[in-house]
Amino acid sequence: MNPAFSVVFFTTVAGAAQGLVVALALAVLAGLPMAPGFAGIALLVALAMLLVGLGASFGHLGRPERAWRAVLMWRTSWLSREVIVLPAFIGLVALWWLALRSGIETPVLPLAALAVAALLWYCTAMIYACLRFIQEWAQPLTVVNFTLTGLSSGLILASALAALMGEGSLLRVTGPCALAVTLVAWATRMLALRRNAALKPRSTLQSATGIRAQKLVQKSMGMSAGSFNTREFFHRASHAALRQVKVALILLGFALPALLLAWGVLASTPYAFMLALLVQAPGLVADRWFFFAQAQHPQNLYYQVVS
Amino acid sequence: MMQWLKDLMAGNFVPSPRVGGQPSVRAEPGETLARQLALVIDLNVCVGCHACVTSCKQWNTSGSAGPLADEKPYGADPTGTFFNRVQTYEAGAFPGTDTIHFPKSCLHCEDPPCVPVCPTGASYKRKEDGIVLVDYDKCIGCKYCAWACPYGARELDEERQVMTKCTLCVDRIYDEALPKEDRKPACVKACPTGARIFGDVKDPDSDASKAVRERGGYSLMPEWETRPANQYLPRRVTGAPADAPGGRTP
Repeated sequence: MNPAFSVVFFTTVAGAAQGLVVALALAVLAGLPMAPGFAGIALLVALAMLLVGLGASFGHLGRPERAWRAVLMWRTSWLSREVIVLPAFIGLVALWWLALRSGIETPVLPLAALAVAALLWYCTAMIYACLRFIQEWAQPLTVVNFTLTGLSSGLILASALAALMGEGSLLRVTGPCALAVTLVAWATRMLALRRNAALKPRSTLQSATGIRAQKLVQKSMGMSAGSFNTREFFHRASHAALRQVKVALILLGFALPALLLAWGVLASTPYAFMLALLVQAPGLVADRWFFFAQAQHPQNLYYQVVS
Repeated sequence: MMQWLKDLMAGNFVPSPRVGGQPSVRAEPGETLARQLALVIDLNVCVGCHACVTSCKQWNTSGSAGPLADEKPYGADPTGTFFNRVQTYEAGAFPGTDTIHFPKSCLHCEDPPCVPVCPTGASYKRKEDGIVLVDYDKCIGCKYCAWACPYGARELDEERQVMTKCTLCVDRIYDEALPKEDRKPACVKACPTGARIFGDVKDPDSDASKAVRERGGYSLMPEWETRPANQYLPRRVTGAPADAPGGRTP
């Protein structure tokens, strides 16, 4: 697939915002001590990220003025379900922020935020995991990885915010949690990368055309220039570039942040958490880009040769 | 009143698309239809002339599915929207190779994976004849249906920014203003060798069903269980002597 930057950016940023809200909700429910203003500021950061992500998602639409129609087919479409759950989550975070501002403390709102954040991760991941013939995506690890990378980046963001605002007692809990979740997210992402690298495509040129000959090559895709099919489903990056992105996503997305988090936790260095946030952000964008680029769409079998 | 306001006021969550003034009914996912129009494509006689491609483009860019935009048509890198392509494959090893021309358009699957994923309901399968269509007034151009089609049968129109695809010339096959022999898809009418057989594949007595039955008709990518309505007839060795012009050497 050709990664669409709007979708890469939206899923990465929204995932981190969901992770931040989940971290905050768990902290509040666990009764962790934090300054009165901290939760409000963290929720505002999450809201801003969600709105920026929502804006980016519109960039993927050809006719954004009709976007409201996307709520209609929730009975069959995971995309439709995401389109319903995302604004619901934004509304819930906004409501929680308003409640905090008005001095209302209730476990209902953080509990609801936890549930809706999890639902949103599930909907987003299922958009990809439900496409059975994109074998790289059609697996349970897709849901696991969308959730865990979101949680990892959210916890790192929460820790960086806590470090920045001097919330030492909160940081002593979120820091080790961020480290643990990042390590688990790293492991599950490596599992998916390894599985996908070894995948054998179920569709072949033979099954795509029904021509039984063992030696079968395309001589012409039927046109001399490009089409939607050659633009949308081919990333055109070289193998070397793909390998570099893969190394970058592992190092920047997981390995270096884990090291920095370990340093931050062991040496109680607040800067380490901010550094981890800065390092991980481009790493996770690379990770999501690779998620799309690695997917081999079976339609590509029909679009191999121009002549 | 504007269509969107109408839809919203009516609480009309299942859209009722209209084609050529005729309201059409959506088939439910998994529903078995009594009638399924389709093309049966004879790879044995297709000569790769692309007449079906150009006649498809002409009819559909001028009809209710159009206009099908071409960008930079005279530039170095032209691109355009087409519902039908003819591809060419070479099978076997030299000197015993076969050149096979392979027309490719939407297969109007009986279980179309592109339909349930559509978030707006713009993509639908018609209950009355099984044609898979897009309602261009409701499509938001999210491209998800194209991702969900393993055959690459859908093309986004770059100018209108909505998804387009083969309509089986739905604005032609029922048009009573046309002479009866013209009520066929444009590609079928254009084919000089009769490589495209149009008909109801649920009717066992149709030419399409007979051809599939008698000549080993097959589906593309059967592994994904989309049950394409369009089928292909394989190459076969005809009775021509091996040394005659155009005859095959074993």
